[in-house]
Amino acid sequence: MKRLLLSAALAGTATLLAGCGGGSSGGSDPSQFGGDPSLPDQQRALVPSMKIADPTPWGSHHPVVPAGYTITAIATGFGIARQTLVLPNGDILVAEGRGGGESALRPKDLIAGFIKAKGTSQAKSGNRLTLLRDADGDGVYEGRTVFADHLNAPYGMALVGGQLYVANQDSLVRFAYAPGQTKASGPPVTVTELPAYINHHWTKSLAASADGRFLYVGIGSNSNITERGMAAELDRAQIWQVDAATGAHRPFATGIRNPTALAIQPGTGQLWAVANERDELGPNLVPDYLTSVREGAFYGWPYSYWGQNVDSRAQPQDPAKVASAIRPDYGLGSHVAALGVAFSNPAMGARFAEGVFVGEHGSWNRSRPSGYKVVFVPFRGGRPAGPPVDVVTGFHDPGGATFGRPVGVTVDPRGALIVADDLSNTIWRMVPARRAPGAEAPARPAEPATH
Amino acid sequence: MAADVRLAGPVHPLHAFLLAAPVPLFLGGFLSDLAYGSTPEPQWSNFAAWLVAGGMVFVGVALLWALIALLRSRAHGGRVRLGAVFVLLLATFVVGLVDSLVHARDAYAIMPAAPVLSAIVTLLAALAAWAGSSRLGFWSPGPAHAQMPSGEVL
Repeated sequence: MKRLLLSAALAGTATLLAGCGGGSSGGSDPSQFGGDPSLPDQQRALVPSMKIADPTPWGSHHPVVPAGYTITAIATGFGIARQTLVLPNGDILVAEGRGGGESALRPKDLIAGFIKAKGTSQAKSGNRLTLLRDADGDGVYEGRTVFADHLNAPYGMALVGGQLYVANQDSLVRFAYAPGQTKASGPPVTVTELPAYINHHWTKSLAASADGRFLYVGIGSNSNITERGMAAELDRAQIWQVDAATGAHRPFATGIRNPTALAIQPGTGQLWAVANERDELGPNLVPDYLTSVREGAFYGWPYSYWGQNVDSRAQPQDPAKVASAIRPDYGLGSHVAALGVAFSNPAMGARFAEGVFVGEHGSWNRSRPSGYKVVFVPFRGGRPAGPPVDVVTGFHDPGGATFGRPVGVTVDPRGALIVADDLSNTIWRMVPARRAPGAEAPARPAEPATH
Repeated sequence: MAADVRLAGPVHPLHAFLLAAPVPLFLGGFLSDLAYGSTPEPQWSNFAAWLVAGGMVFVGVALLWALIALLRSRAHGGRVRLGAVFVLLLATFVVGLVDSLVHARDAYAIMPAAPVLSAIVTLLAALAAWAGSSRLGFWSPGPAHAQMPSGEVL
């Protein structure tokens, strides 16, 4: 009897363990780029495939950019640099902070929290906006002031006329802003509270409509796949449209698991988003995506992904919602963790004249990591056309050492790509070589210099 | 033949406690899994995950104890009992570990494996506790219980 039980138990174990060990394909699978990504079968391994970034100082390493471009560290030492905003006079605002802080509900949460924290910055949350200024246009940002502090994990920023809007992890606030200002003239005014209960995905992304009447706020889900209960997902995984004048809001699009960055397309005024999809279905599920955001649309989370691919982990299921789910426009690859998006312009050079830059933070749920770079998605006729092109790489070496992790990307209309790196807490600036006479000089802080 | 197997006395009282403690914990995990299966309320799966993890703590210590006692035991009867306890605990530990990993999955991904594994691990833990504490070795029918030797405590 003992023997029988034991062999039954071991047979069960062997069957279950057979699910392990999948997913050795390195980097992103090219078949997952674009409008019709390949979607393999769901995997449920006992231990998800994973690789945690090994934070390493830059030392003699530096980010790698295409020929004809240079990249410089223009400032470092932030309290976790997430997103940036280029102001009309060329000043750069950096939003610093770390939000979240959900309590562990399961043994897994304790263990996973401990493991994942090893791959991120140990810096204290700054909870402020820092302003960087290059007064003489030589590419060296010699001015640095705290524009506003005592914020609560600020992330998204948008300037509309004389108002600077900032999305904290729990509220949308605004400051009056006059050109040239280096410090806010007073405490912010709250436009509206934002969903903050638990705040598993705490980042609140922000964009302003072309006419400035509306603000769009990206609000991530409160879980990977509803493991904190459906009730915790009230008002989550949506993009809100907020009336800038009154603070009134309504859901603009729903079922977007984690819309981590928003951008308005120049010319058309169309809202675009990058979003992070769900984990623990295998190394090649589910592709993160870039999409134009259709008003009133439902993008599937939690019931399904990429249209009607049902995720039975979310219970009870809602077949009517699954049927209504629409497919995003463009797959970026699974677990790349897109956290930044910005439309380019011709000042960035012919290669990057039309399209978007996407900052890919890189994620844990893959034994051979994807992301950890900035890519460019070329557009033609206002729509994505062609696979993503690597723009800034070298954040991660194949041995696992990770020097930086890109988050926000912003295009300076004068022809510069600003990249926030929340691991080395550096702001990087990539420019076409001919446009940056000052950029050949070593970076101002004793940091990795030019390339 | 079976009647010739001489069993040593039951295990040390503290070892008996360590053997018994996982049983209600795993049973609670199993019942919580059933509750999650009938209501998609994930709090039940959180309870199950902690209960199974709690059971595993006792199983781990009891397993270590059984191994050491087995290595130190010289009496044949003691080795038979401890060997049975050790093997059953090892099986409990392996299945419990798989059960714990399954409970680390998100939301309904733990189904349907979780209640099945929790039921098996509950049964195995109960058998291990029985094997360690019973005066009558269940694998050894006959008058063995009447021949308890010197009261060696293992």
